[in-house]
This record gives sequence, C-alpha cells and structure tokens, in this order.
Amino acid sequence: MAEAYLRQGVLDHLHLDARAVREPGEARVALCERRFVGKVSLRGRPTKRFLAAVGQALGFEPPVAANTAAGKGGRAALWLGPDEWLVVTPPGSAGETAEALRAALKLQHCAVTEISDGRAVIGLSGARAREVLMKGCPLDLHARAFKAGHCAQSTLAKALVILHQTSDQPAYDIYVERSFADYLWAWLEDAAAEYGPAIVQG
Amino acid sequence: MFLIECPWCGPRDESEFDCGGEAHIERPADPAELSDEAWADYLFMRTNPKGRHRERWVHACGCRRWFNIERDTVSHRITAVYRMGRKPPGRR
Amino acid sequence: MGVQRQRLAEGGRIDRGHSLDFTFNGKRYTGYAGDTLASALLANGVMLVGRSFKFHRPRGILSAGAEEPNALVQLGAGARSEPNLRATQVELFDGLEAASVNCWPSVRFDIGAIGDRLSRILPAGFYYKTFMWPARLWPRYESLIRGAAGLGRAPEAADPDRYEKRHVHCDVLVAGGGPAGLAAALAAGRTGARVILADEQNEFGGALLGLRATIKRGRALGWVADAVAELAALDEVRLLKRGMVFGYYDHDYLGVVERVTDHLGPAAEPGTPRQILWKVRAKQVVLATGAHERPLVFADNDRPGVMLASAAQAYVNRYAVKPGERVVFFTAHDGAYQAALDLADAGVRIAAVVDLRPGPEGRLINKVRGRGAEVIGGHAIVAVHGARRVSGVEIMRLDYTANGVLGAPRRIRCDLVCMSGGWNPALHLFSQSRGKPRFDPEQACFVPAESARAVRSAGACNGAFRLADCLAQGFAAGAAAARDAGFGDGEPPAAPKAPEPESAPPRPVWRVPSIGAKARGNKHFVDFQNDVTAADVALAAREGYDSVEHLKRYTTAGMGTDQGKTGNVNALAILAQVTGAEISDVGTTTFRPPYTPVGFGVLAGRCIGKLWEPARLTAIHQWHRANGAVFEDVGQWKRPWYYPREGESMDAAVRRECAAVRTSLGIVDASTLGKIDIQGPDALELLNRVYTNAWDTLEIGRCRYGLMLGEDGMVFDDGVTSRLGKNHYHMTTTTGGAARVFAWLEEWLQTEWPSLKVYLTSVTTQWAVVAVAGPNARRLLAELCRDIDLSRAAFPFMSWREGTVAGIPARVFRVSFSGEVAYEINVQSSHGLALWQALMAAGAKYGVTPYGTEAMHVLRAEKGYIVVGHDTDGSVTPLDLGMGWIVSAKKRDFIGRRSLIRPGIARSDRKQLVGLLTEDPREVLPEGAQIVSEVRPEPPMPMAGHVTSSYWSPALGRSIAMALLQGGLARRGETVTISLAGKNVRAEVTEPRFYDPEGERLRG
Repeated sequence: MAEAYLRQGVLDHLHLDARAVREPGEARVALCERRFVGKVSLRGRPTKRFLAAVGQALGFEPPVAANTAAGKGGRAALWLGPDEWLVVTPPGSAGETAEALRAALKLQHCAVTEISDGRAVIGLSGARAREVLMKGCPLDLHARAFKAGHCAQSTLAKALVILHQTSDQPAYDIYVERSFADYLWAWLEDAAAEYGPAIVQG
Repeated sequence: MFLIECPWCGPRDESEFDCGGEAHIERPADPAELSDEAWADYLFMRTNPKGRHRERWVHACGCRRWFNIERDTVSHRITAVYRMGRKPPGRR
Repeated sequence: MGVQRQRLAEGGRIDRGHSLDFTFNGKRYTGYAGDTLASALLANGVMLVGRSFKFHRPRGILSAGAEEPNALVQLGAGARSEPNLRATQVELFDGLEAASVNCWPSVRFDIGAIGDRLSRILPAGFYYKTFMWPARLWPRYESLIRGAAGLGRAPEAADPDRYEKRHVHCDVLVAGGGPAGLAAALAAGRTGARVILADEQNEFGGALLGLRATIKRGRALGWVADAVAELAALDEVRLLKRGMVFGYYDHDYLGVVERVTDHLGPAAEPGTPRQILWKVRAKQVVLATGAHERPLVFADNDRPGVMLASAAQAYVNRYAVKPGERVVFFTAHDGAYQAALDLADAGVRIAAVVDLRPGPEGRLINKVRGRGAEVIGGHAIVAVHGARRVSGVEIMRLDYTANGVLGAPRRIRCDLVCMSGGWNPALHLFSQSRGKPRFDPEQACFVPAESARAVRSAGACNGAFRLADCLAQGFAAGAAAARDAGFGDGEPPAAPKAPEPESAPPRPVWRVPSIGAKARGNKHFVDFQNDVTAADVALAAREGYDSVEHLKRYTTAGMGTDQGKTGNVNALAILAQVTGAEISDVGTTTFRPPYTPVGFGVLAGRCIGKLWEPARLTAIHQWHRANGAVFEDVGQWKRPWYYPREGESMDAAVRRECAAVRTSLGIVDASTLGKIDIQGPDALELLNRVYTNAWDTLEIGRCRYGLMLGEDGMVFDDGVTSRLGKNHYHMTTTTGGAARVFAWLEEWLQTEWPSLKVYLTSVTTQWAVVAVAGPNARRLLAELCRDIDLSRAAFPFMSWREGTVAGIPARVFRVSFSGEVAYEINVQSSHGLALWQALMAAGAKYGVTPYGTEAMHVLRAEKGYIVVGHDTDGSVTPLDLGMGWIVSAKKRDFIGRRSLIRPGIARSDRKQLVGLLTEDPREVLPEGAQIVSEVRPEPPMPMAGHVTSSYWSPALGRSIAMALLQGGLARRGETVTISLAGKNVRAEVTEPRFYDPEGERLRG
C-alpha cells in the first residue's frame, strides 16, 4: 500500500538523475546517491552463539575485527563497535532482514532496529576519490592503511560519517545521517570540483 | 591535536573524541545515605594535578565507547589507555 | 620606470630573459623571474622600504628570508589585498603592486616620525604608565593609539580565492629543504617510508641557494638538484615547496601552509586553490629548519643599509644584486668573511671588516686581506651616519671588557653595513614541540636539548653550522626516523664530502658600547619591528621586569609579526648582562605557532558560505521552502519559523497560525525531535533511573511525560517516552538535546551501569514526524486512517497506536504541545513528504494551516509548558518550576535526586517559575528583561528575576509571559516591576498557565 506513494530519496530535490552521465568514462571522481539502501542496526555481545545466530540469518557472520566489513549476496555487515554493526541490505529488504535477525536472536539480549531512512548513502569513486576525502577526513586513507573491505566511523567536513571502502579503485560508500546529506553532498561536490566530478546513476 | 588510541578503533585524532573529566569517580551506591558534604564531594570535587592524570574519554565520532586514559597534563603524553571497568595500570 | 642599476651582469638564480613589471609605493620598477620583491627593490637601488612601528624610523631591508622585521608590505589592492607580508619572501610576479605598511602619507615623509623625536619620553612601558589614569578615558586613548599604530590594512571585501585543506599522514615529516633536510628526506625516502619534505622557499636548497658552496667536488646546487630529482621519483615521497611548516602541535601533528599560486599573481589559473593547509600527522619528525643570523646591537644599527651579512651574500649570489657599492662588515666571527669574499667578487668595494675579536686570524681572513680589504680587529662601530641610507660609520677600539671603547673615533665612508653576530638556530618548531633548548656557551647560541616528541633536529637548527655536519646529521636523522617509523635499519647513507675552511666561533658582545648620548643604548635596536632598544631592556630590568616573560610583555620585544626572530636572543642576553645572570638561567620565551603569519583564508578553507555550518534538513524541508516558510535555526536544524502569506507580517502570520490551531486545524513538522529506541530487559530500570517520575505502571500502548535532571538536580531535558513492547520503549527528547541525551544515556550505561541489559539506538532521522493539532485533528485523521479506533475511549490522550495513515505505515502518538487534541504521526522518513502532502490535501476543507516554531511557542506558552533551555538555564530544578508533582517521592534514587535535598536547593527564595500579566495588556515584555526589587533612577538596581518567555497571545487577546522570580511560587497576586530601557513596566505575578488550565481541550 505504502509503495503506492512516492518515496523520496534523500537528495531527490537536487535532481541528480537529470544531471547523471551514463558513462563516467575517465572521470577522476564520480558521485551518486544510493537511494533506499536498507539498513539495520544490530547490537549484541559477539559471543559464539550470537555470531552463529546472526550468521544463520544473514548467511555470513558479522566481522569482529575493528573497522572491517563482511558481506555476501548483496548484504554486508559493517563493524561499528564491539557490540554494534550496521547491516546493509538491497533496497526494500531491510524489514525482511530485520525479521530474520530477530527470529534468529529471539532468546538473546540484542537489539535489531531498522534505520533504513535514518541515513543517506553517497557513493564516491574514481582515481581522485581519496584526495576528495582527504580534504575533510582525519583518517589515514592511504592504501597501506585503508583498503577495500575496511570501514570506519569518523568525520567528513562537519558531518559524522561511516566510510566503507568497497573497492580498491578506490570506491567508497559514505553513510551520513539523512539530515546532513544535503550539506555533505554540497561539500563533496565542491571538494571534487577541481577534479571535474561526474554524477552517475546510484 | 592529540592522537588517542581508542581501545576499539585504534589511533584517531582528538577531534573524534570528547573528554569526560577525571576517571574512577564512582557514583555512590546509595546517595540517600550520604551527608551533604559527601554528596558535594562526589558531585563537584575533582583533582587537577600537574602531571599524571587519569581521565575518561569517549570516541564520540567513532564507536561511541567510553574508556580511560592516563595522560600527563604538562607534556600531554598519554601513558596508558584502558577499557572502562578496568583498573589503571600499576594499581591493584 | 626604474633601472636595475644594482643588478649584476651575470650569475644568480634569476631569469634575465623573463622580466617582470611591478610597482612599489606607486612607482614602477622591473625585476626578473626568480626575484623576491626585496631583491628586485635592491636591484633598483631601493633600500628604504618602511617605517618602524613605534618611532616610525626609516627602515631598510635587513634580511633575505622569513626573519625579516622591517620590509613589511601590503600586497595588492581590493579584495585580494594582503597586509604585512615580508618583501624578502614575496616572489615577484608581473603586475605585482606593493606598498609599505605603517607609514603615512609616504615612506619618505612620515608624520608618525615625530614619535622618533619623542623617543626619550616614549620608553618601554610608556603606554602602561601614561594612559593608566583616569581609567574611564582609556577607551579614548586606546582608539588614538590603535589608529596611530597597526600594520597594514585588512581587505574589506570577501576573499575571492579558493583555499583548501588536506589531512595527510606520514611516517617521516622533514621540515626544511636545505642540505640537512634533503639528506634526511633521502635517507628516509629510500626505505620506502611515507615522507613529506616541506620547505618555505620556491626551490629546495635552503641556505645553499645563497652560498657558493661545494659538495662532492661540485657545486652544492648540483647535489641539491640530484637529490630533488631522486626524491621526486620516489612514490611515497611528497615534496611541498613553498610549504611553510608553521606549527608543531601535540602528538606530532604539524601544520603546513603551501602557497600554491601566490607567486603567480593574476596569472594563477582560476579554480586552483591559492593556498593549501596541510594537516600532517607524522610518526616521526626531522627538523632541518636552519638558523637565522644574529644582528649586532650597536648604536644606529637600524639605519637603512645595515643588513645581515648572510643576506647581502644571498642577494649577490642568488639574486645577482649588489646591495651597495661600498661596504663595511661588522662581525663577531669568521662567518662574515666568506660573505665579504662573495661581495668582493661581485664588485662591491670592501671598505673595512670591523671585527669584535682582538686579533682575527685564519685562512679566510687572510683571503679577505688579500683582496685589499682592511681588517680591523678589536674594534666596534659606535655610530652610523645617514638617515634614509647609510653614508658612513664611526669605529672605536674596544676596551678589554668590551663594555667600553677607547681612543678617538674613526670615520669610514660606506653605503652598506653588513653585520654578523653569529647564528641562532631556528628552534621555533622544536620549542613548539615542547622540546627544551639549552644555551651552548661555546657557540654562543641556544641549541635543542631534550625533545619531548618523536622529533630529531639536524643541521644548523641543531647547532651544526658546517655543511659537512649538516649533511651527516641529516642522513643520520632521516635514517633513524624511518627506522623508528618501521622502515629500514637506521643505517644512514654515507654523507658526501663538503670541504670548507675552518671557522672560529663568535665573540659574543651582546651590547656593543658607544660614546656620548649614544652610550645609553636608546638607538641600539634589539627588536627592529617593535622598536625595542638595549636601553628599554635595561629599563625593564631596573623596574623589576627581570624575567624573560615579563621583559617581553613590558617592552613588547618579540611581540611583532616577526615574533622576534632576529631580536629575542639579543634581548635575553642583554637582560642577563644587566641582571648579572647566566644566559642559560634567563632562558627563552615560549615559541608559539605560527612560525610566520598564516592568513585567515587558508584557515577557513572551504568552510565558508553554505559550507560554513551544516544545515540539517527534515524530509519535508523542500515543501516548506517551496511554500514560503521563513526558517529559524534550532541548533543545526532549519525549522520553519512561520509561513507568511504574500504581504503578511510575522506577527500577523503567527496570529493566523495560532488561531487555526485553536479553532480548527494546524500542522507542524516535528521531525527534529530527538528519538531514541530503547530495547532490553532492563529498559524500564533505565527509565526509572534517569527520569524523576516512576515508570513501572506504564502499559504497552501508553505514553508518559518525563523530566531528566543532571546529577546536580538541575533540569537537563524533557520529553515523552512511550512503551512499544514488553522491553521496548520509544523516547523523545528536545530538538536541541537529542545528541546530548543520547550520549548521556550511553555514558551512564557504559560507565556506571554496565550490568544493565539495554541497547539504545538513535532513530531521530529514521522517522519523519508530523503533528496535527486542533479541534478538527481527529476528524482529519479519521479520514486517512481506517485501522486505528480513534475514539476518545479507545485512543485516549497520552497513548499511541500503530496503523496506517494515508496508506503509510505509521506510529501515531496522541500527545500535545499545543493544548489542543493532537496526534504526532511518525512515518519512515522517505514517506514524510507524502504524508505531509496527504494531510494537507485532506485537511483543506478544515483550512489546515502549517505552523512554525513561533506559533508552536506561543501555543505552548499559553499552556505554560516549559521549553528546556528557554525557560531553564541549567540552574533550575523541577521544584523551581513548580513541577514537584513529577518528582517521585517513592523512588529511593534517580539521577539528581540526592541534590534536590541539598540545603541550597530547598531554599524558598530561589528563582521560581511564574506567569506575568502586564498591567497594560498590549505590552509584550522582551525576553531576558529584568524584574527589579527596587526601582532606582538608573541601573544598577537590585534584580529579583528575569523574563524567560514572552508572547502576544491571540487566544487571550493580550500579552503573556513566563519568568523566573525569586521566591515566585509564594508571590502569586503580587505586582512586580520590570525595568526596561527608558521605562518601568508593572505586571501581576500569576500561575504560568493562561489558557484552558484544566486541560479539557486536549483531552477532548
């Protein structure tokens, strides 16, 4: 029923689709909004039992190593803290994932909370993507220190973000609280300006 | 700008953290039992040493975990980082 | 147009094929690519470039680098104009416009110079002594003094340039690209470590650029070129030329400003950042910052044409400029003799070398003698002739103490005096890193001692003044730094040979004696920029300001824009002499960043305009914008303040919005409320510990208002928490308190109550919240919601239901902040706009009216609902608010409870919340207005309280206010006076509830 209504992407007012290029080609920086990515906050002590139950629900165990992500079949779990993960799912499947997690963890102390709409996801990739981030992020993003499969919570400009490097191209998914997305997008586009950024389909 | 070793996330810039003041001040188990003086002492009185100081910090922009550090207030050298609930190094 | 009459026909690192036009003080000149403004001015025979700060004495170019105290210029005009740049560091570009600072109307005729004639009555501390009394006139003095002083002018238009910042991490940062720095970078870079080499100049080489030195039997600059080429080829080495390491902060965090396009002027490519602020976190640091030559403190040492010997040498060698035709060297050591040889080779006549040492001997000295120059040992310059340009000096024989002079003065004609008192290692960054300097009496300078950080010093900044030592120290420091960062074995590469003649250390004569009036030392300048003389230092010591930090503040020595790079060591050495102390005991003042001034533009970076501060937007923001909302900043949020119709004033809009809620239907975007999802078997226990009231009886489906206190008993936040399930609650907080409350709950859970099984998740932005309020709210909701029984009995006030609204899954909370029947509808944020639009469409028949925060505040004030942070200020308890009813008497403990029974908190004369009704109902009091307990003709008056909230109430047709009033709870019915500028207003003290006090409407 709800789907009959128009859901709004966080940055729809910027009409990014209309500005998007089909072939980013040689663009040194590419930017997009990934709309409606499903997100579930998962809290619980990473006991063997807990990890196994989550593994059963997701098809893979959430990572216990700090600042790393694990994933399979379009879903990923980003380590956010010693008892906290962000489970990322394809659009529209967060509810289902949350239910599966709740069912698997029924007898354990945990919290499974759907927060798909609480955060926006901005995709940033291209040969100069790292330089764009270096303009506002205090993390060491050098390839020796931060690579594909790494994630971290930090600040980017004046926003709190979760940074997830998805490939060594490099490419990043930047998770930001939705209310900050308009600001962060403006900041990113401005930061990327010197590299001639391309806006691409999310 | 300090470089603080979050016990969970590793070394990060001070800008990602908030300082929560002196560590190891436990909330009294039963405040109602306390005299006004003892309560005021818990509430307001803090040490302000020149030299080694144990204080609580939180990785506010990261994992949001609280932990303790031992810091020299003159040189700002951080001599220990330990998780909440643990005893400071060199103390039983 | 001027002619470059002082330019040498050949040599130097300038491009004679690339000439550049520029203007200085309105006059046109030419120079060459590779020039600095200073070298180009000297090439054109311009020595007089500015006026001193206090006495406005004519001043010339003293140095050839960052330490320049005199040649300060205002560069450019209009929005790009920049004050107080050192002409010695400004690279020349075509079309450059510069002007002297601190002189009016012109550098040659300067009105302020009258200060010089008055110098006898303008000693150190003059301002403190003269303008102390009467105190009330100080503001006037201050404006006069500030008008006469000041260096340059800040541009008034917005800076059109772009500035960038970059965070970068490295294994080894090398500060300084002279021989030691290059060697360090090579040694570290070859190990594969991530290395940054930053140097302030336009090319690497440091002091070698101004010398004719030899490395490995070749020109030293050939070695430099090879080193730079090798470094540039290493993947993990970053070379930052024009990169000034300006600050060394805690834990090896350093700031570097890279001047990317400053040297191009208008030719800079648009869009390229003008400057970049590099924020560097280094594992290891090598400082190779070189040394500054020390001036000698002698009578008239500030005359234009008195220059540092190494500067003259650099002008000749690097810029192919003769700074004079006939020079007298005045030196305390051998170093100046090589400079003399270089000048002689360039065709400058060496009139004499006056050496403070009685019998200077050695190969270098003999070479100078061999060039026909007279070397006069054991003598001193006692006076310099020429006001706007040196015309000659007078010298006399030193007595054996070096505190006095003997015999008759001898005059020597010259147009240039090159002085050299020895070298001061540039300890600025080392000292900023909390390293301790130590005085080395052998070399008569401060050198680095204990370091507090992962830092090593190499080369001249470490007291190594011989090239071979600089190279060896650089290689060793770079290799060791890399090893400590985890790269290589620390074994330094072999340093190349760099032959140099032996050189003897200086004879320190900190204050050169003179005769007659000049013996007093009030023309012996120590700090050129701030006009501090040897006499001032002595005066300060006499008046008791005998610690180096007091000396600095009393005389202002070292407080100019050059921070005393040339003057500080002389000042403290003279202080030591005057007080009979050892220099090592006097010590140095604290070096503070920045090393040289850094512009605001690069510090701000791109955090300007829209990017200055994040504007947080709700999911419905674009609708508000499209529909004319005026926004109010609430924290970082943009919230609709009111929605004016065409031509409607704010007052009228707010009245209309309030009336709609009271009579029919209003709608407000409440998405910014903080929301926390609480889950776990101990969730209830947590609520009981952090709220003042009891939560045990709250059933699933019900909501309750709660007040949180700090442990000090003061109101911290408030909000409604609802029970979603057995162990599941939904807490709301104030908009401004959302992050604070969430962090605070986490703090208690993690630090004091780790055994509580509770997880918190912030869901503030997961949910869009739209509140519909007013007598028609239920009717509207009934049309859009079929799966919730909205009847009064089934869905009472302070309960919540799950269902669908306009087909959207929703949680509907029946709570009210307006005093009317109201529902707060929560939907996932991506549906927020759709929900809002559906409510607007369906509500049209009821005249649904969007209302903003102003109307929201009026409506809540009519009901006497507090806003935390508006009616409270961190010093207000629930008892002060008359909200004792929400403080549980049964609970033995909750956060803040114990504080509520402290004697001071229980006092009855505390400021307490009351309502105020002004005698004149049209009078709307300003918020913050003071209630006075006694009316006097003018302030100060004894104050009894203040207005916290004040509005025109459309429902009551009169003004209403809330206030905190001493003992207010017991003063209902009394009349108080509020003192405003120009009038006193009387008001009656009431209950802070003005509209529907029984709450019948909201339960309806």
